[in-house]
Amino acid sequence: MKFIIKLLKDFPAYLFSGWGAIASIFLFIACWDMGNQVYGDLVLPSPKETFKTLYLMLHDEAVWLEINTTIYRAFIGFSISFAIGTTLGLLAGFFATASIMSRPIVTILVGMPPIAWIVLAMIWFGMNDETVIFTVVVASFPIIFVGALQGTRTIEGDLKQMVDSFELPFFQKCINLYFPHIFSYVFPALISGLGMSWKIVVMAELLASNSGIGSALSIARSQLDTPTALALVVIMISSLMFIEYIILEPIKREVEAWRD
Amino acid sequence: MERLEVKNLNHSFGFSEILRDINFTLNKGEVLSIVGPSGGGKTTLLHLCANLLDVEEGLVINSFKKTAFAFQEPRLLPWKNVVDNIALGLIAKGEKKQLAREKSKEIALTFGLDKEDFEKFPKDLSGGMKQRVSFARALVTKPDLLFLDEPFSALDIGLKKELQNILIKKIENKELSILFITHDLMEAIRLSHKVLLLKADPGQIVNSFSYDLPQNQRNDEFVYKQTADLLQNKSIISTFELELK
Repeated sequence: MKFIIKLLKDFPAYLFSGWGAIASIFLFIACWDMGNQVYGDLVLPSPKETFKTLYLMLHDEAVWLEINTTIYRAFIGFSISFAIGTTLGLLAGFFATASIMSRPIVTILVGMPPIAWIVLAMIWFGMNDETVIFTVVVASFPIIFVGALQGTRTIEGDLKQMVDSFELPFFQKCINLYFPHIFSYVFPALISGLGMSWKIVVMAELLASNSGIGSALSIARSQLDTPTALALVVIMISSLMFIEYIILEPIKREVEAWRD
Repeated sequence: MERLEVKNLNHSFGFSEILRDINFTLNKGEVLSIVGPSGGGKTTLLHLCANLLDVEEGLVINSFKKTAFAFQEPRLLPWKNVVDNIALGLIAKGEKKQLAREKSKEIALTFGLDKEDFEKFPKDLSGGMKQRVSFARALVTKPDLLFLDEPFSALDIGLKKELQNILIKKIENKELSILFITHDLMEAIRLSHKVLLLKADPGQIVNSFSYDLPQNQRNDEFVYKQTADLLQNKSIISTFELELK
């Protein structure tokens, strides 16, 4: 509770520090407009036209339905990889053999391009939700798994000994030592896992689904409707920025205030 | 009477013998120092006494009710602020969080920490401050027996003296017994009733020296003189390899 109050109290100051970010976004939009003047409307519609299309789209219920579908898939996929990734990561971290054995498997999972997973998933599950969710899971799972694994492996012997010398009960050891330490590794992994999920979900939809933002993007491409395509990109990017800068970053600042 | 008794203690890591046939008794209200060169098994001995290592051969009987440990490095939890770090010792004993924090604040002030420091994280503290917090954390539980693993070695002389004086006051009131590990003879002489000399390879107690003058009457002159005497002692010279080569 105290934590949430502190979070809200620091929030306005954090928002105010965002002027620089906003300035750089406007600069980017200015460059975009220059690109429009050089290459013309078909190749690169002007920001104004894009935002007008975006405005119209956001008043269309069908578009919201697509957005919700995508969010739902990304959320389910991310939740599954969060649950499996942290559980298996913790288990693997506690046993030396398991962590040595899981290393190469993680390398394979990380190294395998998501596009290959999409092809396999299409063969296995067909063109539906499962394919997209599966791809999201396999892409973001290794990131979270490695975070949890490293968090568990790197608990300092010195601190453990200190805690032992005070004869802390197991539960207290967990909340005072193990949990904060592991969390400090898992939390950044979760953030990158979430970003990964969001990117992969759109890609998987584009190739293997007939609903969601990705498939809307695919339709826009086939109709050469560049303003709609760009408007969809704006939706994707702004939702990612919203999650990252408005929700996660303030939390990160509070929970990681103790770091150098 | 509460005491710590070590009988015929041997210890090895793999095939290398660390400690051989260690015997001593620490009675209530006493300060016992173990001096010896670095790498001579002092820390191992202390860890065995504090039950941080399992005893393999011999006996360690500890009848003190509450013990605490102050390490060479402060070993603070980096994600907890000063007060919560100190409160850790109390929380381990099952104290309520609010009460533990109150007590921690109280003791923090006596250890020369300011109110502004209470909410700071260890990363924002100087080395000396961290060691103050570490001492406060050990002493807030009001231990009967305190294990000290060279906690003064990285401190400046002023802070060293300040922390030692806090301990001397507690010794005077017979509140505290201390098992103290150090390689600094002057520190040992200032604080202890008895100094044991631990030689290395393997660790064996080769000599013992007693000091009867109460700690609060030991001035610098006393400490210097006794240290000079000790440095003439044959067993000290051979243990610390002081002879000119």
